[in-house]
This record gives sequence, structure tokens and C-alpha cells, in this order.
Amino acid sequence: MAEMKDIVLQYVINEYLEDEDEVLTYDTPLISGGIVDSFSMVSLKRFLENKYKISIPDDKATPEAFDTVNKICDLVNGYLK
Amino acid sequence: MANIDSYEERIKDFSWEIAEKELDYKPGNVINIGWYCTDRICQMGKADKTALIWEGYSGEEKKYTFDDIRKATNTIGHYLRNLGVKEEDRVCLFMDKIPELYLGFLGVLKIGAIAQPLFSAFGDESLFVRLDSAQTKAIITQRKHVGKVRKLLDRMPSLEHIIIVDHDGLKPLKEREKAFDLEKAEKIDKFDIFPTKAESPSVLHYTSGTTGLPKGVKHVHYSIMSQYLTAKWVLDIQDSDIYWCTADPGWVTGTSYGIIGAWANGATQCVLDAGFSAENWYKFIEKHKISMWYSAPTAIRSLMKAGAELVKQFDLSSLRHLASVGEPLNAEAVIWSEKVFGLPFYDTYWQTETGSMMICNYPGMKIKPGSMGKPFPGITAAVLDEKTFEPITEPNKPGLIGFRPGWPSMMRTYWNNEETYKKKFSNGWYLPGDKSTIDKDGYYWFVGRDDDVINTAGHLVSPFEVESALLEHPAVAESAVVSKPDEVNMEVVKAFVTLKPGYEPNDDLELEIMNFIRKKLSPLAMPQEIEYLDKLPKTRSGKIMRRMLRAQEWGQDIGDTSTLEDD
Repeated sequence: MAEMKDIVLQYVINEYLEDEDEVLTYDTPLISGGIVDSFSMVSLKRFLENKYKISIPDDKATPEAFDTVNKICDLVNGYLK
Repeated sequence: MANIDSYEERIKDFSWEIAEKELDYKPGNVINIGWYCTDRICQMGKADKTALIWEGYSGEEKKYTFDDIRKATNTIGHYLRNLGVKEEDRVCLFMDKIPELYLGFLGVLKIGAIAQPLFSAFGDESLFVRLDSAQTKAIITQRKHVGKVRKLLDRMPSLEHIIIVDHDGLKPLKEREKAFDLEKAEKIDKFDIFPTKAESPSVLHYTSGTTGLPKGVKHVHYSIMSQYLTAKWVLDIQDSDIYWCTADPGWVTGTSYGIIGAWANGATQCVLDAGFSAENWYKFIEKHKISMWYSAPTAIRSLMKAGAELVKQFDLSSLRHLASVGEPLNAEAVIWSEKVFGLPFYDTYWQTETGSMMICNYPGMKIKPGSMGKPFPGITAAVLDEKTFEPITEPNKPGLIGFRPGWPSMMRTYWNNEETYKKKFSNGWYLPGDKSTIDKDGYYWFVGRDDDVINTAGHLVSPFEVESALLEHPAVAESAVVSKPDEVNMEVVKAFVTLKPGYEPNDDLELEIMNFIRKKLSPLAMPQEIEYLDKLPKTRSGKIMRRMLRAQEWGQDIGDTSTLEDD
């Protein structure tokens, strides 16, 4: 789980964070905080699906479920075999 | 009683002089949108009335009275003027929905310069083509977005000033950068507002077409007549209202109705600078007792997805009137909102080029769910035959929407592109590029676009721009971009690509290409799906048959394929 959190956090920092000085934690609001918008969420979902060989149903990929790294990892864990 | 009283009565003897009289304007007078939205409201005795309630994603809140925004816009204007920015210089506003965006917009107008708002999620290439087209002199931005501006400096010698509104001093400013802190700046009480006239340029909004680069839609200060009166009659903004326009001022709704229409009417408006969340939106309405809410179909459908049960957890009884714009509002959304909020969303139809609402549903007029409504008083509209451009008189027969030019907020031209501007007219009609029918009662019903432009969540994306950007990815040999249906966003971008030798189609490459477009253009333009093909369908002359790919996505007949090249 800890490793997954670091992987997801690093991916968000590399791909979506515009302000290089902003410090992200596992609980930083990503969607409501405007770091990842609803369109970009599609690419984040795709990353998780590719990386962890899972399929997240669209109705589970809500802004609330994607709002922090912690919540994302909880969601992903629910689909890991 | 609604502001419009009776739509049927209003259309009988309408004249734009109604707006001119209410705004105390006489032809030939000085007219400056910045003054109308701030100083005039103060002179009407509302200096202490709240103009703006701003809330950030973390709950941080700021409030401004009309006197505060008068002084703040003076202060920004004064600062820009001291930098050497003068009338008709283009000043880009490249910020999230922070107060400086709203106040900066009016500050730019107060010195007679042209405000060029751009969506802050634009990637560096999207930013460059728009700044380059406008030969922008100054850009006002935030620390988080300045990295994208720095990438363009070598290609943008005309960009003299990069103004950062939240510079914290931790890192030194770079070439051409200046720090400006609105809260710490000395407030300017008396300011010499530039004496713009009716036809003085005010705003430059960029919009996408099927082909070519994005076009700069030029508006003028006289546009306020349309924006003021439509906000008053369609949005029904009243003195006691707390108004929330959810649009970003990077797009035209956010300036015409998130700034000009609202404040020209002296309204108290709220801004939420946070990503979408149904729960947070309802909390925001409850907390600020919002009464008039202007939103978009994509947001409404997202609220529908979140469910009616969530609505019951909040006290939304302050809501009085709801309206929508962006793409056609489906009947189900109207019916749903009536059920859960006790109020329908009133659909409005217009676009960047029209500057203000054109076909609307009005308070007091019967709503037919799914219909765009009827033309605003003073707007001559028709559905035109696609060959003759003559009005179709037969009910329910589809044709091109046409408007007779002459309303105050009609665009005056495309920036440095008069040729394309002229092509928007046929037989004396302005053609917005959409198709519609009119029923026997005079209601308009949206049919679709007349071109390949993709309307995703109410924003237009040029397939040509995405195709061109795709070709810059090292793996892509050829590309074709079309819309595909989407339950929430109406349409999203789908790309078909062929790969160069040495590249294998796989999921990781798809994600890499998606992110490449997202960062280069914008999240809106990012293909949500990429399909690998061995070859793209082309005519014998080599033109990609986008039409076939689009039909395939929408489950439509692919039509005539006789010009398709042979295998």
C-alpha cells in the first residue's frame, strides 16, 4: 500500500502539478483543489488501470473517489485480485 | 414579478434603446464597461453592497463591496498604465478563478486596453498560438502557471510584461516578470478612466473552428447593452439576488455573465474556485444562500449522476431561478431539476461570437423540456435552407440557424482575420454553425453542428488542432480526430492514429499520447480514447474521411463511400 501511494503521488506530481513549489501529500485534495480536473481524471484512471492491470468502472471513478492519493489507493485496492 | 414581465409583450415593440436608457447612455457618449460595472453602481448608492463573495477550495473566503471593486479595478488599471500599457494593447488574463481575474478584467478595460482572458488549463502550445495571434503585450498570471509562459519567451518578443499576482519572493523573478500584490498595493480612489466609445474594442476571446488556428473574437464596449439586458430579463437578476455563474472567465460565459452582465446589474455574485464536486456545490449554495444559478449541462448531468438523495442533505430553499448554457440541455435534465430542486433549468443558446444570449427560455414563458426556447426580443432569427440560405417556413424541418446582424454584442471581426469573419455570413444572415428546427409554436430545437467542431462540456475543440498536435508525437504517423458521444460531456474527443514503423500499439503508448495532448493543448482537447488503425479512410485525392469515422462513433449510416480510396 505504501509503495502504491508513492507511485501514485509521484505520477500526479510529474503529470499534473504545475506549481513546482507546491508540496503534495497523500491527503492533498487533487480534484476539489484544482490540481487534476475532470477531463484529466480520465488519464489518471487510465494510468491506474494500466499500472495495476485492473478495470475501474466509470461510475466508481467519481471526483470524490479520486480526490486524494489515499482515496485513490483505497479504490484501486478494491479491484486488485 | 419577473423582470421581463411578458415575453410576448416585449417582442412587440422592442428596441435596444431600452438598455441605453436604463444605462443612461446616449449615442456618442463615452462608454466603458469597467466604469459601468463598478463606479456607476457606487454612484447609484450601492457602494457598500457586496459585489463579490469568493471562496477557494480550502474554504478560504474573501468579500468585496462595489466600492472595493471600484478601487481594486482602479488600482490594477493604474499599475498597468504605469507599466506603459495603453489603449488597445492586448492584456492576457491567465489565472484560475481568483479575485484578481475578475478585477483584472475590469482594470484592463478601464485603461482602454483589450482584455484577453484565457483558460488557465491551456497547455503551452495553446497559450502560444493565442498570444502570438493577438501580439499580446502583458499577461497577468499566477505562480503556478508562469512555467508555461516562460517556455514561450523566445517566441514571444511582443510580450513585454509577465505580471505575477501571488509572487511569494522565495525565488527570484525572471526576465520580464513583475510581482503585483493587489492587497498590498496602494488603493487608487480617483482614476482617470479611458474614454472608450461604443465601438472601442473591449474583449478578445479565442474560439476554435474546424480548420486553421483558433480565431480571436473581437468585442466592443457597446456589447454591455446586450449583456446587461439579457442578464436582467433571462437570468432575471434582481437586487436582492445572490447570483452564481459557474463558468470560468477564460470562456465567454464567464465574462459576459460572470462579470459584465452580473455587475452591470449591480448583483452580488459568488465565485467558487474549486474543482467540481456535487457535495461541495450544494454546500456552496446552502452556505451563501444562492438564489440565481447559471450553470452548464455537463455540470447538471454530473449532479444527476451524484443522485437525488444527496440533494436532500442540503437546504437549497434559497434557489429561485436556474439557467443553463454550453451545449443543448437535454429534456431529462430539465425534468430532473424540476423534481429535485422544484425548479427547472432554463436553457439559453448563444456562443462566443454572439457575445450574449440569443435563443432562450424566459421566466413566465412555458418551457418545453429539451427546447432552446425562442429568440431574445430584438433578435431576428431563422432556420435557413442549407443551399439557398432562405428561411424555412415549414415547422420541424431542420436547417441552419441564422441571425440578422445588428445586436450590440455581435462580434465585430476575427482578430486579423477579416476573411474568415466574412465567411460567417450568407444572404445577410450570420451563421453560428449550428442546425435546428422550429416547431409550430416558434420554439427552437437543437439538431447538431454544421461542421466537425467538437463541443465537449460546452467548449469547442478543433479536430484540426488536435490532429496537428498528434503528428508532433514521435510515434504518430497519421491522425484523424472526431467526437464520440458521452453521457456527461455530450461529446468527447476521440483520435484515430496510425503509427510510424518501430512503434507497437499498446495501452501505455495510448496513455502517453493522451498526456502529450493534454499538456500541449489542454485537458479538454485530450483524446479520451485512441484507436490504432493500420490506415485511415481517405478519399482518392488523399483527404482523410473524418465523416466516416464520426458516423461509426455515433452509430450512424456512413453515407456515400464511392470516393473512398481503394485498398
